[in-house]
Amino acid sequence: MAYLELDRVAKQFGAQTVVDDFSLAVGKGEFISFLGPSGCGKTTTLQMIAGFVDPTRGAIRLEDKNLAAIHPAKRGLGIVFQSYALFPHMTAAENVAFGLEMRNVPRGERAERVRAALAMVGLAGYEDRHPRRMSGGQQQRVALARALVIKPSVLLLDEPLSNLDAKLREEMQIELRQIQRTIGTTTILVTHDQNEAMSLSDRIVVMSQGKIEQIGTPQETYERPASAFVSQFLGKTNDFAGTIDRTVVPTQLVAGSWRAPAPAGLSGPVTVSVRPERIGFGDAGLSAKIMTRIFQGNHWLFQCDSECGPAIVIRQNDGQAQPAEGDAVRLTWRPEDMSVRARAGA
Amino acid sequence: MSTAADERNARAPWALTAPALMLFVGVLLIPLAMTVMLSFHDWGQYKGIEPVFILKNWHEIATDPYYAEMFWRTFRIAILTTLLTALLGAPEAYILNRMSGRWKSIFLLVILGPLLISVVARTLGWALLFGGNNGLVNKLLMSAGVIRSPIPFMFTETGMVVALAHVMMPFMVLSVWAALQRLDPQIENAAMSLGAGPVTIIRRIIMPQIMPGVLSGAIIVFSLSASAFATPAIIGGRRLKVAATLAYDEFLNTLNWPLGAAVATLLLVALVLIVVGSNALIERRYAEVFR
Repeated sequence: MAYLELDRVAKQFGAQTVVDDFSLAVGKGEFISFLGPSGCGKTTTLQMIAGFVDPTRGAIRLEDKNLAAIHPAKRGLGIVFQSYALFPHMTAAENVAFGLEMRNVPRGERAERVRAALAMVGLAGYEDRHPRRMSGGQQQRVALARALVIKPSVLLLDEPLSNLDAKLREEMQIELRQIQRTIGTTTILVTHDQNEAMSLSDRIVVMSQGKIEQIGTPQETYERPASAFVSQFLGKTNDFAGTIDRTVVPTQLVAGSWRAPAPAGLSGPVTVSVRPERIGFGDAGLSAKIMTRIFQGNHWLFQCDSECGPAIVIRQNDGQAQPAEGDAVRLTWRPEDMSVRARAGA
Repeated sequence: MSTAADERNARAPWALTAPALMLFVGVLLIPLAMTVMLSFHDWGQYKGIEPVFILKNWHEIATDPYYAEMFWRTFRIAILTTLLTALLGAPEAYILNRMSGRWKSIFLLVILGPLLISVVARTLGWALLFGGNNGLVNKLLMSAGVIRSPIPFMFTETGMVVALAHVMMPFMVLSVWAALQRLDPQIENAAMSLGAGPVTIIRRIIMPQIMPGVLSGAIIVFSLSASAFATPAIIGGRRLKVAATLAYDEFLNTLNWPLGAAVATLLLVALVLIVVGSNALIERRYAEVFR
């Protein structure tokens, strides 16, 4: 049974549909990411769970209770905002204690829990600091402690790491994942950063224009994108125009001079998607010319001009000799490394 | 070489600010110094102003209870006006801030209204509403039987406070509004998600953060009200004098310039002390919110 359930939730602002037909079942303790470009409705969905926005249609249930009937102040959810929204006139400890105070937790217990929460996020000793005297990362930790100290049924994170610099963001990702694993709080993260979504979540909900494109584990969404949007949005990908030739036996999938046995169920023009790190240089396959070669430490990045359009190839820096700029190469990949979709409009 | 260049560089800021500095000295500092000096001069009905140094005017102000009463009235009116604008202006700014686009601009104009109308027209408008037996509101209330005799408004401190609060309101609303702009737009949602009700949010989260705005608005309103001239002159007339109208009368009616100068100087010094003192207090108290 699902712990948190969104059932065909939709939100309209005037004539504009911001979220449409959003259904999702979240298990207890799961870490879910809503991933999509800005304006895809991910934050609106989060705000509907939080109760700051009322859904136009559909139901949101938490442990089979209708969440819409509960006032946002009584939902008991922990929320970390993109801007952190700390109370600037209160110290870190007072910020964290606020939720406990609202719950009439006795003073002694409150102090103990605030201390433990700040220690958990690595801010022991910062109790009396005011937020504006703290760095972005520290403020972020206070916001996390404030949301977690009330033992929320669900933790909602609205792009919490987007205001941090790259290095700090990576550190916080690891820490966030560890904290979430330790205390086992069901967590929903809203992000536009695919790396963040992939490294943190159990499952990713990829959204575009208010609709769910795909729900799956990070690996599933990366390896088997359900739509062109997902494959484009999650990492780099090469799209080659190909055709399935049913005039020969056995039927063949042809893209330029690359050919393979055709997958079942498709015919006519198709799009072949291959991740850049799955393409190798071989003796047969798509013929291409290397335009630029960029060394990036642990890997090489090749930009090629192939007979089916531009292609990107990433090769591990494994010490082997690599082709140089201007070389003519053949691009090849295993059939299981590609995804093939019917090509619309061709 | 380099020392000469350094010297030239050191002089450059002075040279560049000289025109503005001269204007400042010429039209503000010199007249002000002359006013202060004037307050130590002697004056007689028949001899006029005598440029001597005596403490006669200051002695008169210090010992005659008339001046104490008048200054006390001035500051009482200013304090009551400040309180009234804070009590009405802060909620007004909060409501204004929550309005949506078009309504916000319409009501902002309404709030700025008093500043756009001439002080004479505005104050006489109040007189038309409340003045004596013929005032519109008084007539209405009397004919409805709510009151027997007209509510006194002209020549009363109440009248002055109401009329001053009306024109000072924009300063308070704009000052609080500026503080509200600094608020994190999600801060109320954050407090709500932690279980706070609307009253708690206002009291514990919003109020402490807009307090600096209220207090800086209060400083503006207080100093403008304490030195206001036109409104007290029209509503209080000769019967109910405040420091500004008294100084005016001494200068232009009694022609006792030195005494008028002493009153003006005392008002200035008192205001500067109050404003600087309270500003320092506020900045210390709300250091965290100001940062």
